[in-house]
Amino acid sequence: MSDTPSAAHPAHLAHHFDTVEQQRESSSLWMLVFLSQEVMFFGGLFLAYLVYRSSYPAAFAEASHHLDVVLGGINTVILIASSLTMALAVYCAQTGKRNLLVMFLLATMLLGLAFLGIKAVEYHHKYVDKLIPGVAFSYPGPNAQHAQLFFSLYFAMTGMHALHMVIGFGLLIWLVNDARKGRFTPEYHSHIEIFGLYWHFVDIVWIFLFPLLYLIGLHGVPGGGH
Amino acid sequence: MVLTAITVAVAYYDLGPLNTIVALSIAVTKATLVILYFMHVRYSPSLTKLVVAGSFLWLFILLSITMSDYVSRGW
Repeated sequence: MSDTPSAAHPAHLAHHFDTVEQQRESSSLWMLVFLSQEVMFFGGLFLAYLVYRSSYPAAFAEASHHLDVVLGGINTVILIASSLTMALAVYCAQTGKRNLLVMFLLATMLLGLAFLGIKAVEYHHKYVDKLIPGVAFSYPGPNAQHAQLFFSLYFAMTGMHALHMVIGFGLLIWLVNDARKGRFTPEYHSHIEIFGLYWHFVDIVWIFLFPLLYLIGLHGVPGGGH
Repeated sequence: MVLTAITVAVAYYDLGPLNTIVALSIAVTKATLVILYFMHVRYSPSLTKLVVAGSFLWLFILLSITMSDYVSRGW
C-alpha cells in the first residue's frame, strides 16, 4: 500500500486505520477511556467529601451557608450553556459550517471565561471572610474545625475543576486558531469532537459539585445550628 | 435541542430549597442527558457505551464499598 493520498485513503486518515469512520470512533473511544480515569480521579474527591459529610452533617450544612448560592447557580447555567454551544460547535464541524464553528467555539470560550471570573469573585469573598483553610482561617460558628474540613474540600474540588476549565480554555484557543484556518472538514474534525467530550465531562463534574457544595445547607438540617 | 432547553430549565429549579435527594436526582438526570445527547453516547457503538458504563461501575464500587465500611462502624 502506498502512502500517497487517494479517495480510498485520504491524507487525514492515519495509515493504521482502514476507514475514516473507524479512525473517528477510535479517537472518541480513547478520549472516553481517558475521561473514565478522570471519573475515578474526581471520584476520590467525591468519596472524601461523602465520608466527612456523613461524619459531620451539621457542620457541613452550616458551612455550606457561607457559599453564594446565586453565584453558584449562575455559574451552573453558564456552564450548561457553554456545553450547549460546544455541542453546536461539534455539529457545525460535522456539517462543515466553518464560520459558525469559529463563532460557537468563541462563545464557549467566553462562557468558560465568565465561569472562571465568577469563580474568582467567589474565591475572593472567601479570602475576605477568612474562610480559606490554613493559619488565617477564622470561622464565626461552632464546629470550626469540621467547617474547615468542608472548606478544604470545597477548594480542592472546585480548584481542580477550575484547573480543568483553564486547561480547556487553553485548548480552545488552539482549536479556534485551527478552525479559522479551515483545518476541520466534515470528514476530519476529531479534535473538535474529543474536545467536546472533555468539555462536557467538566460540565458534568460541576453538575454534581453544585448541589453537593452549595445546596446542602438550604433546607433545615436537624441540629444544623440555625 | 429541546432536551438541552429542559436541562437549563432544570438548573433554574435547583435554586430553590430542595433536599439532598431531589437535588442529586436532578444532578443525575442532567448528567445523563449531557452524556447521552451532548456526548453522543446514545448514537455511539456499543464498545463506547461499555467504556462509559464501566467507568461508572468502578465509581460505584469505590463509593459503595468505602461507605459500607464507614456507615457500619460502631464508633
